[in-house]
Amino acid sequence: MIETLDLSTVDWSRAQFALTAMYHWLFVPLTLGITFLLAIMETIYYKTGNEKWKKATIFWMKLFGINFAIGVSTGIILEFEFGTNWSNYSWFVGDIFGAPLAIEGMLAFFMESTFIAVMFFGWNKVSKGYHLAATWLTAIGANLSALWILIANAWMQNPVGMQFNPDTARNEMVNFWDVALSPMAANKVVHTIGSGLVTGSIFILGISCWFLLRKREIGFAKRSILVASIFGLISSLFLAATGDGSGQMVAKHQPMKFAAMEGLYRGQEGAPLIALGVLSNDKVKDHSTRDADKFAFKLEIPKGGSMLAFHDANAYVPGVYDILDGVPERGMLSTTEKIERGREAILTLKEYKKAKRSKKTEEAAVLRDKFMSKSFQENYFKYFGYGYFKNPEDIIPNVPLVFYSFHIMVALGSFFIVLFGLALFLSLKGQITKHKWFYYLSLLSLPLVYVAGEAGWVVAEVGRQPWVIQDLMPTIAAVTNIDSSAVVVTFCLFAIVFTFLLIAEIMIMVKQIKIGPKQ
Amino acid sequence: MNIFKRVFQFYYQGFKSMTWGKQAWAVILVKLFVMFFVLKLFFFPNKLNTEFTTDQERSSHVIDNLTNIQTDNK
Repeated sequence: MIETLDLSTVDWSRAQFALTAMYHWLFVPLTLGITFLLAIMETIYYKTGNEKWKKATIFWMKLFGINFAIGVSTGIILEFEFGTNWSNYSWFVGDIFGAPLAIEGMLAFFMESTFIAVMFFGWNKVSKGYHLAATWLTAIGANLSALWILIANAWMQNPVGMQFNPDTARNEMVNFWDVALSPMAANKVVHTIGSGLVTGSIFILGISCWFLLRKREIGFAKRSILVASIFGLISSLFLAATGDGSGQMVAKHQPMKFAAMEGLYRGQEGAPLIALGVLSNDKVKDHSTRDADKFAFKLEIPKGGSMLAFHDANAYVPGVYDILDGVPERGMLSTTEKIERGREAILTLKEYKKAKRSKKTEEAAVLRDKFMSKSFQENYFKYFGYGYFKNPEDIIPNVPLVFYSFHIMVALGSFFIVLFGLALFLSLKGQITKHKWFYYLSLLSLPLVYVAGEAGWVVAEVGRQPWVIQDLMPTIAAVTNIDSSAVVVTFCLFAIVFTFLLIAEIMIMVKQIKIGPKQ
Repeated sequence: MNIFKRVFQFYYQGFKSMTWGKQAWAVILVKLFVMFFVLKLFFFPNKLNTEFTTDQERSSHVIDNLTNIQTDNK
């Protein structure tokens, strides 16, 4: 299949998946974050009995409802794509994906359909306490629902807790808790949910500032800004802390992705951190000289890269070329060696399959034992995915895209901390209505928080290319061998449908914002 | 009123009294229709489920795909 594969099928399938995932991610973070802010506002209403807090809760709930309703089920399209465009992958991951997605489906359906309904329709129909519980459970349920898909994604970045079965060609879960509680999963969950909390806070901050700019609903806007700035400041600091943890996870399990994030081509002890840099396109494409400096311009923080990767200023951080060429004295195999070992694993699987089909029972048993032996698993199957590559350079991701996305994400994350700090300071000083420039800054932050979130996913997903499952399955082996024109058609169809839906959502949202909170 | 009737009434009255949701519901229903009755049916068949009937056939097909590579390094 691999030799006859039309590579444009891989590219179009990837582009379609990226389009769908990025579109899906326009809705998810707001759902994750704003629900907690709703719950906090309603808790204040419950405690104080002040109707103004109820009014604020109902208004933000309405916007959450529009976002939730239009965004609901967009993730299911990704599952359609698994079955059609990525059939090898969807079979290969087996029950590793099945279990988390089944839990997610049940949780999402039961929690969301029940508690969201009470939250929206239950005002004055159920007791205040019951309604508040429903709002909190909606927030918890939405985030719990996201948890499972993030666990599945983390497994793709760092596959653990499974055993590949050569008879079924599927990865079978050996230890559910190894999958669910892997450090990579824990970090991905808290960092991603953290980004949702920041998105929810900026959404409320930005729209409240719009009301202040229009000199409307001043009291409501000030109250909303106070809650959003406290919650946002805590969330953005939490996001920075979990981002630091994510950096360490990536450095440990996906060194190539880390090297791409930092534009690091030659590793060193006490590696610098690029605070600001512009990569030279020509140098990035040229691997013939193994020239380590690919920058047209850069500002470095000495030893920052080592600190980010290992919390040790003198730690060794490998660069792109160290990963390709190997560093024997540090026990790092060259990519050429990994390719050889990967091919050995693929060939053994092929021979086993052949022996089984030819009913050569004894030969098949010997080959199966060889394949399943601990040493073969650790020394050969571990590099299974490398066997699909011809050149070591094939495993380099799109460095400029990953580098710039990472730096945009970090810069915006830092900016949000300052923004929330300013909002809180001005709120507490009672000066929030005296600084028009701050309204514009908050409004500008609305699109920027989405840019930051999408950039984060670009780092996570483009940074691990060419892998679908780190070291085990590259995109070229994961894709279904179908005609690329079929994928082009659905890609264009999606682009049109998604654009229409997004415009519809924004229009409905804007209309409701203009109406404002009900008296 | 029994529990099922009360639950039904709760949802029915809730949707009925939504003042802001008419357009949103129209968008949602169109979206779900397009997703499940157009995309899923005509554009996104599950390749392995439609082309093979047993898990053995599916795994055999995937192993063929995964192992069918050029093994020379030229």
